[in-house]
Amino acid sequence: MDLSAISPELMVASLMVASTPLLLAALGELVVEKAGVLNLGVEGMMITGAICGFAIAVESGSPVLGFGAAALGGAALSMVFGALVLGLLSNQVATGLALTLFGLGLSSLVGQSYVGIKPPSTPRLDLGPLSDLPFFGRAFFSHDWMVYASLALTVAVWWVLNRTRTGLTLRAIGENHDAAHALGLKVLGYRLAAIAFGGAMAGLGGAYLSLVRVPQWTEGMTAGAGWIALAIVVFASWRAGRILIGAYLFGGLTVLQLNLQAAGVALPVEYLSMSPYLVTILVLVVMSRRKGRSTAAPASLGKPFHAQA
Amino acid sequence: MTTPLLQIEGVTKAYPGVIANNNVSLTIGRGEVHALLGENGAGKSTLVKMLFGLVTPDAGQMVLDDAPYTPASPEAAREAGVGMVFQHFSLFDALDVAENVALGMSDPPPRRDLAQRIREVSEDYGLPLDPAQIVGDLSAGERQRVEIVRCLLGKPRLLIMDEPTSVLTPQEVDLLFDTLRTLRGEGTSILYISHKLEEIRALCDHATILRHGEVVGQCVPAEESAGRLAELMVGRRLDPPTRPRSAPGAVALEIRDLSLPPPHAFGTALRQVSFSVTSGEVVGIGGVAGNGQDELLSALSGERLSAPGTVTLDGTDLSRKGPEPRRLAGLLAAPEERLGHAAAPDMSLSENTIVSAAGRQGLARRGLIDWGAAKDFAEGIIARFDVRTPGPGTTARALSGGNLQKYVIGREILQDPRVLVVNQPTWGVDAAAAATIRQALLDLAAKGAAVIVISQDLDELMEVSDRFAALTEGRLSPFRPTEGLTVSEIGLMLGGAHDMEAAHAH
Repeated sequence: MDLSAISPELMVASLMVASTPLLLAALGELVVEKAGVLNLGVEGMMITGAICGFAIAVESGSPVLGFGAAALGGAALSMVFGALVLGLLSNQVATGLALTLFGLGLSSLVGQSYVGIKPPSTPRLDLGPLSDLPFFGRAFFSHDWMVYASLALTVAVWWVLNRTRTGLTLRAIGENHDAAHALGLKVLGYRLAAIAFGGAMAGLGGAYLSLVRVPQWTEGMTAGAGWIALAIVVFASWRAGRILIGAYLFGGLTVLQLNLQAAGVALPVEYLSMSPYLVTILVLVVMSRRKGRSTAAPASLGKPFHAQA
Repeated sequence: MTTPLLQIEGVTKAYPGVIANNNVSLTIGRGEVHALLGENGAGKSTLVKMLFGLVTPDAGQMVLDDAPYTPASPEAAREAGVGMVFQHFSLFDALDVAENVALGMSDPPPRRDLAQRIREVSEDYGLPLDPAQIVGDLSAGERQRVEIVRCLLGKPRLLIMDEPTSVLTPQEVDLLFDTLRTLRGEGTSILYISHKLEEIRALCDHATILRHGEVVGQCVPAEESAGRLAELMVGRRLDPPTRPRSAPGAVALEIRDLSLPPPHAFGTALRQVSFSVTSGEVVGIGGVAGNGQDELLSALSGERLSAPGTVTLDGTDLSRKGPEPRRLAGLLAAPEERLGHAAAPDMSLSENTIVSAAGRQGLARRGLIDWGAAKDFAEGIIARFDVRTPGPGTTARALSGGNLQKYVIGREILQDPRVLVVNQPTWGVDAAAAATIRQALLDLAAKGAAVIVISQDLDELMEVSDRFAALTEGRLSPFRPTEGLTVSEIGLMLGGAHDMEAAHAH
């Protein structure tokens, strides 16, 4: 075993890359759940975004267009969920699971002719002298623009949820939709918008996998990232700041175990590969044991809303 | 200015199968407290929803301040100067006071200004509130203040209050009435909806009485007796429950030093509750919601077990026995929550009968259900307690609140209990059904059973019980004879001033 083979600056750099898809998807799901809707279809929307983004980026040669298409694709798929759940009052859990299966199937169908192709590379953001700093330059300031966009989106989501009228309304609807309706707030409109936002963010997360992290298209390439994103929302007890911590923690574990594997730690590879998931389960158990308001889910989460005349 | 503030003329609203409001007219003057009186289902809520823009009338017109008033949404109603305090609070537990207030305003000011204005208004009207407190931590009275302050910030000309006192202690009611009188003095009109007649007589200038969606009378409440108002509301004479007083019998149920930790984070612990009930006696346990009523009921029914020796029925220790052995021994209970606790919503009345009565009434033999006997027993309940339903095959959910309550109480009474514990037996039930239920409880006691009535309705407890005690934060005050007990004494007991009260009694 040779731990000196692990370079700290490269590890931090790859941590940020590994965490970005999770961060994006979890932020989207946070907004959806804050509005009181439980969308378990994150995995399906992510992989749909992954193939939409990949296909458009390959065809157009532009990663930016690719990410745009990924957001649209994820949002479009989420609207299927929105129509079923909000319009036809279908069960949110079952519909979300179906959405995941549908997204997985749809993406393999669309992606058949894209296997084995290399996508256009997403350029690094030129941060000038910052990128030349020792250690920090390589660890934090030599990433593609999507990494920084995801961090900006974290701040934006926090700000909108906690500092604006829109965010307050959204939280109120997730807390008690009947009371919100009685006050004249547009429950369904806000929820539909939140679902669309969640779909778009999951799509971006998926596209980041296929365009930057891997970068390639393979069937089922999200490999459970959508489920991890769902777990991160619970881990973060529905707070934007903690979503960032959760995503980076999980991304960090993934990168760490890869580095340990490379360094030849005397543990079967399988144990290392499963460690991030084990930690997720552990953290979720600990979180749900802890009681109190700070860990409370939105009170109307997952409940169907039917306006009474 | 002599024109009235609000005129409603011939307003009609029909839903499939029922006319909720039929040609309703009423007039509210400026600075007038107007009572809207009626039983559940009389059409009060529908009328109020139309005033607040949640429902559009089919016919008729409303005139506010000489201008036609047709609010399309609650927002439009607020802009026109109509504010509403809801019966079931429309608050968000996880948000703080200022956020809750902001959500009810069309155009809220920045947070700091809003907090300042909340403090001002709450001081002006004697409604102390801290804008930064989380609403979930507030008492029922404080939560109502949030709603009222929210309305007052919009400077309403008409304030609608839907059953505002149902969750308040007598002292909180006094405080609320002071606030409402201040508002009236400033020229704000108030539409006050209630079925509590004494309150209406104390507070309101005029009253409109609704029955089956129609106006059946208008009056000045202070000039009418409560009995007369009740007759107008129900449409027939209501006889107060009667019973022969009997000498106290042997002790049936004895509770000694019953203590239990809270069942969940928002529950209440029971602290050294001790009392006994004799045959033929009705005891009343009062208290504001959330002071241990549910916990006491589940400790008595056997849903939660307590330390040995704490629950004794006729000398037999039942503390470590579950609900079914207790039922077989004669200790029966009817919890507060009708749907989901006392009855399974989507099961038929026959099935719901079996759930409780299978053992005691022999409705199951060798593990097989005797459907015929179950159906007969259910039909017996329906006939004896005048439950309005097509038959025992109807699901519990399909019954109205009052009918289901009659069914649930009847199911326990007809099992001929030795001791019956009921929690909120007439909550949300109309006056006629409530009278039936109370009479049935008294008849049961007259036949020699012991009855424990847990209720938040003090009038009800005064009417049915022989002795009264207050449950405050899980502690039970000493029992006192109901006869001669005054409202202010009860208020003190509910406030938790046990020691003072005990000293007073001896």
